Amino acid sequence: MSTIDKTATVPAPRGGDHTGPLLEVRDLHVEFHTRDGVAKAVNGVNYSVNAGETLAVLGESGSGKSVTAQAIMGILDMPPGKIPQGEILFRGQDMLKMSNEERRKIRGRKIAMIFQDALSSLNPVLSVGYQLGEMFRVHQGLSKKDATARAIELMDRVKIPAAKARVSDYPHQFSGGMRQRIMIAMALALEPDLIIADEPTTALDVTVQAQVMDLLAELQQEFNMGLILITHDLGVVADVADKIAVMYAGRIVEQAPVHELYKRPAHPYTRGLLDSIPRLDQKGQELYAIKGLPPNLLKIPSGCAFNPRCPKATDLCHTEVPPLVPVTEQDGTELPGRKSACHFWKETIHG
Amino acid sequence: MAEPSKTNEAGAVSEAEAVAAIDAPIQRGEPILQVRNLQKHFPLTQGILFKKQVGAVKAVDGVSFDLYQGETLGIVGESGCGKSTVAKLLMNLERATAGEVFYKGQDITKLSGRALKAVRRNIQMVFQDPYTSLNPRMTVGDIIGETFDIHPEVAPKGDRRRKVQELLDVVGLNPEYINRYPHQFSGGQRQRIGIARGLALNPEIIICDEPVSALDVSVQAQVVNLMEKLQDEFNLSYIFIAHDLSIVRHISDRVGVMYLGKMAEIGTDVQIYDHPTHPYTQALLSAVPVPDPEARANRERIILTGDVPSPANPPSGCRFRTRCWKAQDKCATEVPVLAVPERFRGLDTPAAHQSACHFAEEKDVVHAS
Repeated sequence: MSTIDKTATVPAPRGGDHTGPLLEVRDLHVEFHTRDGVAKAVNGVNYSVNAGETLAVLGESGSGKSVTAQAIMGILDMPPGKIPQGEILFRGQDMLKMSNEERRKIRGRKIAMIFQDALSSLNPVLSVGYQLGEMFRVHQGLSKKDATARAIELMDRVKIPAAKARVSDYPHQFSGGMRQRIMIAMALALEPDLIIADEPTTALDVTVQAQVMDLLAELQQEFNMGLILITHDLGVVADVADKIAVMYAGRIVEQAPVHELYKRPAHPYTRGLLDSIPRLDQKGQELYAIKGLPPNLLKIPSGCAFNPRCPKATDLCHTEVPPLVPVTEQDGTELPGRKSACHFWKETIHG
Repeated sequence: MAEPSKTNEAGAVSEAEAVAAIDAPIQRGEPILQVRNLQKHFPLTQGILFKKQVGAVKAVDGVSFDLYQGETLGIVGESGCGKSTVAKLLMNLERATAGEVFYKGQDITKLSGRALKAVRRNIQMVFQDPYTSLNPRMTVGDIIGETFDIHPEVAPKGDRRRKVQELLDVVGLNPEYINRYPHQFSGGQRQRIGIARGLALNPEIIICDEPVSALDVSVQAQVVNLMEKLQDEFNLSYIFIAHDLSIVRHISDRVGVMYLGKMAEIGTDVQIYDHPTHPYTQALLSAVPVPDPEARANRERIILTGDVPSPANPPSGCRFRTRCWKAQDKCATEVPVLAVPERFRGLDTPAAHQSACHFAEEKDVVHAS
């Protein structure tokens, strides 16, 4: 990860003079104050995305991957949510220090989000054309008629057949794949610099999933957008991602370029995940299963959060939190972009 | 086992005889369940007071297959293809519109009373969503023990608590959790409770409708391993319904691919995954993301256009023709039958398995190493 040494004053337009990564998250913490105590959902996350790059954030439910995305978008419920520390730099500017008005200008226009469940994210009593046009009416002040025309254009762009005829249809009249296309169209409406896709294909069938992921990749290339893909599906990640951040209990436990991660995982959790998925092209014997359950965020284990489930855990893992350190080859050569938060990464990657 | 008898239609087989046939043991490898031309049409009605039928959703439209004792039959397909309706029909939770389901020679679609109860004891189900399939107001002990209220012959009253604890132990839960409520468990643990409930009556067949699709990857592997272990231990036959083709391959001996209420292709896992002959199977397999970034470059992907047509108004002829790249005039007029394609008939290749396509052709899309 590169660091930014200069801070731009204004979010620059696309292709502006800002040279660092498009988005950089630094030491982000998010906690939820509940009746039962403080749930630490995100505990010091660092990642960055460049224009045209796809970062996949991989993790199981409760790992904090969606909460991080919500914090970036500024749609976290606060309270009960709270961001005690951290920075979210968009084109070098810390969004957490911005006023609500400034964030509103970025949200939707510069950073857009695609949600998992298209049916519950769309308003069932408004036509899709109205909902798509809302982006133009609110952000660009277009008239109703112009906004509808733009909505049709968008629907064409995401390959919804007979867009003109269907613009006044309601969400329930579309199939799951088509609804997800409408969500994508909505996110693309203002040609943002960054799209956060939170499990965009989880609710879809494989054939439709392939269509949607292809569309997303095509549009990303066309607009040179950054994409943060949040998912738990290691297959989808392998297909589209450039680099991967694996999250566990609110921390990034491993970061690596996509090819490297699958070839040589440097964290026992990643290794366990890779071994526990059945493969289409191999008929294995018994599946490897990571024993135990993901931790309760109210009571994260001391030391490494993965230690109760880890086959390699030692006393050190129970007491000391492993920092996210750069991973190197055996002879000490640097592996660019690779990091692991395991005391025994050397044994894991080279063993 | 005797050939499927149709005698009970005429009432020649008494209830007692049917129960005796159902309770009879069966040899490993023999067909335990034979499904013949099963159909389920849900009527579409119009009008409020005077309802008239204006059509039907053909959710299942002529499905035939066998399940052999001790094997796992996987059924895959997209949402809306009728795979869950098949599960309900096999349990006799829905009455079939037409067709037969023979369980040890008895047609369960025509059974009632004591005989049907005996069948239901032997065919159990595990549901998809462990969050909604367990009653939140009942303790785990009550959820699993409830089955014994309906079938008291399995466990005498005084013995039930011990039996439930045994079951919890079998599925890998702490037997002391018997008085807990479902909300106190995680998703994987709840699915274990669902499996324990399915096992309670010592069934011969368990129908699993998407049992792991709501679970996290690491927990999914635990549950799949548990199900494989239980199959060996209790000599179970599974029907495993899922949309995740990788999981299905992992657990199944044979696999059936469904499309829009019909079986498109059926065969052993090697035949279906490494030698698919139906274009739909090929497209389905090629769309599965493979967790290997090296493979993404040299993988051939067949991306289907459009969505699954409505089962209320399916295309004429072959139902897949609207999305098929091979479709010709013949496909619009003639319904392809599920049989070994002519070109492979009599040949000793893995491609010689049942496939409902006029232009069946072998194509390796997975490239197994």
